[in-house]
Amino acid sequence: MTTLMAILIGCLYAAAIYMMLRRSVVKLVIGLILLSNGANLLIFTAAGLQRGVPPLIDKGQQMIAGAAADPLAQALILTAIVISFGVLAFAVVLIHRACEVVQTDDMNEMKGTD
Amino acid sequence: MVMIAVLSCFVLAALAPRLHSLTGRQTGWLLALLPAAIFLYFASLIPLISSGETVRHAYQWLPSMAIQFSFLVDGLSLLFVLLISGIGFFILAYAGRYQEGHPALGRFFLFLLGFMGSMLGLVLSDNLISLFVFWELTTISSFMLIGFNHEDDDTRKKAHQGLMVTVFGGLALMTGFIMLGMAAGSFELSEILAGPSLTEHSLYLPMLGLILLGAFTKSAQTPFHFWLPNAMAAPTPVSAYLHSATMVKAGIYLLARLHPTLGGSASWLTILTLIGALTMLTGIILASRSTGIKRVLAYSTVMALGTLTMLLGLGTEKAALAAVTFLLAHALYKGALFMIAGILDHEAGVKDFRDVSGLRRLMPKTTLAAMLAALSLAGVIPLFGFIGKELLLEAVLSGSRWQLGLTIATVTANIFVVLVGALLALKPWFGKTITTPKAAHDPGPALLAGPLTLAALGLLFGLMPAIPADYLLRAAASAVYGEPVSGTLALWHGINLPLMLSVLSLSLGLLLYRFWTGWREHTIFIERLSQFGPEAGYNKLMQGLVSFSTWQTKTLQNGNLRHYLITTLATVVLLVGWAVLRLDKIALNIDFSGLQLQEVTVVGLLLITVLAAVTAKSFLVSVALIGALGFGVALIYVFFSAVDVGITQVLVETITVLLLVLVLYRLPEFRQLSSRANRARDATIALLSGGLITVLILLVTNASSMNSISSYFLEKSVSEGYGRNVVNVILVDFRALDTLGEIFVLALVAIGVYSMMHLRTGVLPVTNADKRHAVQKQREKSAKTGVKP
Repeated sequence: MTTLMAILIGCLYAAAIYMMLRRSVVKLVIGLILLSNGANLLIFTAAGLQRGVPPLIDKGQQMIAGAAADPLAQALILTAIVISFGVLAFAVVLIHRACEVVQTDDMNEMKGTD
Repeated sequence: MVMIAVLSCFVLAALAPRLHSLTGRQTGWLLALLPAAIFLYFASLIPLISSGETVRHAYQWLPSMAIQFSFLVDGLSLLFVLLISGIGFFILAYAGRYQEGHPALGRFFLFLLGFMGSMLGLVLSDNLISLFVFWELTTISSFMLIGFNHEDDDTRKKAHQGLMVTVFGGLALMTGFIMLGMAAGSFELSEILAGPSLTEHSLYLPMLGLILLGAFTKSAQTPFHFWLPNAMAAPTPVSAYLHSATMVKAGIYLLARLHPTLGGSASWLTILTLIGALTMLTGIILASRSTGIKRVLAYSTVMALGTLTMLLGLGTEKAALAAVTFLLAHALYKGALFMIAGILDHEAGVKDFRDVSGLRRLMPKTTLAAMLAALSLAGVIPLFGFIGKELLLEAVLSGSRWQLGLTIATVTANIFVVLVGALLALKPWFGKTITTPKAAHDPGPALLAGPLTLAALGLLFGLMPAIPADYLLRAAASAVYGEPVSGTLALWHGINLPLMLSVLSLSLGLLLYRFWTGWREHTIFIERLSQFGPEAGYNKLMQGLVSFSTWQTKTLQNGNLRHYLITTLATVVLLVGWAVLRLDKIALNIDFSGLQLQEVTVVGLLLITVLAAVTAKSFLVSVALIGALGFGVALIYVFFSAVDVGITQVLVETITVLLLVLVLYRLPEFRQLSSRANRARDATIALLSGGLITVLILLVTNASSMNSISSYFLEKSVSEGYGRNVVNVILVDFRALDTLGEIFVLALVAIGVYSMMHLRTGVLPVTNADKRHAVQKQREKSAKTGVKP
């Protein structure tokens, strides 16, 4: 499964980078979303993929007896999801304002500083 | 106590501006008490040092890196400390009056005292690293002082030039010091000097070259001599202090200090004597052609520095004694002469020899001091400069190599020195009185004390040479030579070759003085030569540097986001890809076994979604696909035991799609903006980056992983965090502070989003008061026109 995931993540990165290299600023946003999904999956895969063993401790137990998925990677991804949403929200509103002001979504025309 | 002496200068420097606003006119004298106290303290060490002892103090600074604050007082450093503090006393008093009324005088004192502290630290340091730190501090304070009148464009340029040249040398010096420390096995000068000579060491030549580069730039040796005359843009007290008596001698100090360890080799002898002799001749010939009083003095300082380098290059017992004697004599007369140049400027308003004549009746005391100092410079009996010159000639005549050539060079230089001495001793004071821009008169004690005392000392030491020799110079020469030096100083050696050469140069020099104007006219070609000189080279280099950086800024920092991305990504792909290809064994973890149907389906759908999102023609389609993608990814999280992550992803993805649709729906539809070639280029970069990521994952997951700290969280979740969902416990307990930071970031985002939504183009945010006001206006308007709003 790791191999399949590696291919998926590679595709996500490639698509994200391609979109971020477009002149349209809206495509840049889509690129950002793709990139953050790819990065999260990267962390997830690097920590090791395990089926059906969520890091939950049963009632009455002190710790998990057998194998468990890596809780740290999950905590990191949780944080990353929320933060990338924050960044996205900010970027979207900023771009919206910028497009309103300069009347274009072409970054080549967004060159002036005033 | 030594440490206190050095640090007190910095403390007083920090307090100086405040003190100046309190004490006003007398600040100079008040601040001068500190160098006076330092002078007295170190003078009390004279009996100890002259008997051959040394004093060493060490304070730990960075013990783990063998760096300590250690101070060494021996004959050489004592001579320098007494010069720095003694002349410093007069300079501070002088500067207080000379710069009186300058709005930034407090700051001037700050830099001057800071410089004094750095210079004391430099000559007292026993540790190479701390010596280097003080060395750079003198460079920086020198820059501040040269550029003190920073409103002037030209002054700034000159300050910059001095800084660039000396900092460049400082960089070389640091490397040289590190090599020296490694070769000698210690960074303590006292240990290095006690150890064996390093001339046979394999690192000797590079080490010597780098250290000499540092010393030569600081001490303005040819071809770096050009910065020193330009440093005369500084106020005169600075020129008198830094650029004649103290700082420029730091390079000489370093050469003298390291002579026992690095000196004596053929390369030392060759480089130092030749560069020294060249500098000596260059300096004095340029001096003889200049007319600005300070400029003549500056070039003659270059000559003196060259002479000292040459003597240290010879490295004999006689040369060591000659060097310290010449150094003392030079500091005394040159300090005095610079202060007199300042007096001429301050009290008579003249800066050029051609504008001044016959002032002796108007300024009798200044004339006396000037004549004593200038005669010492010219080497006229019975002044101390005469003894210095006799010793110099003796040392050159008895040197081990190139006696004839060096003697001719020295005598030639001396002819011009006599010319310069005559210019200073006669030109401004005798002859027909020219009306000066200001009514000339003798200045008050603050300005006159320094030149008079220093000039009188030149006479006293000349008449009684045993005083400096017994108390200071022999110990200093011993430190330079590395073994006790026995010679003594005497005014009269009988009629011998050096004396006859002196008489020869004196008469030729006076003859040259008669025809000074003619000499200047006939040597005009030197002016033309200077456009090929080192200063022109320096200017070319700086221009080249500026145009190169302009070019590279335009190329790399072009302000185009996509170009940055392409550059960064291409670099990453190339470097990381190269590193991957260089691996001994590329073991990729390719394993398609154990796949489950639902997983393959989801991944396949995701791949299709991604492709469709990239190629979508309309924005709404694209957003819908992005939403689908997010939910697919959430499914993957759920498949692989990350339930919480999956839930969060679903929630966030929903809001994201809503946000995109709500905010961006009014934007124009997608257009084809890039050319086909650009798209192909971007696609290549994107595919290469993505491929690299895939390869890296396959490599990483195959490698044996490090021990994760996750097991700690799994074990302690219940016992310490009192929670059964380990991911949640990590977020709200173990790493609660991170989560708090995250909340803070989201709050900031919310504020940013809110304010952007409410910020209208070109209008300030509308407040409720504004709204009420607007409504009020509307009502009034409608009441008038009778139309309902």
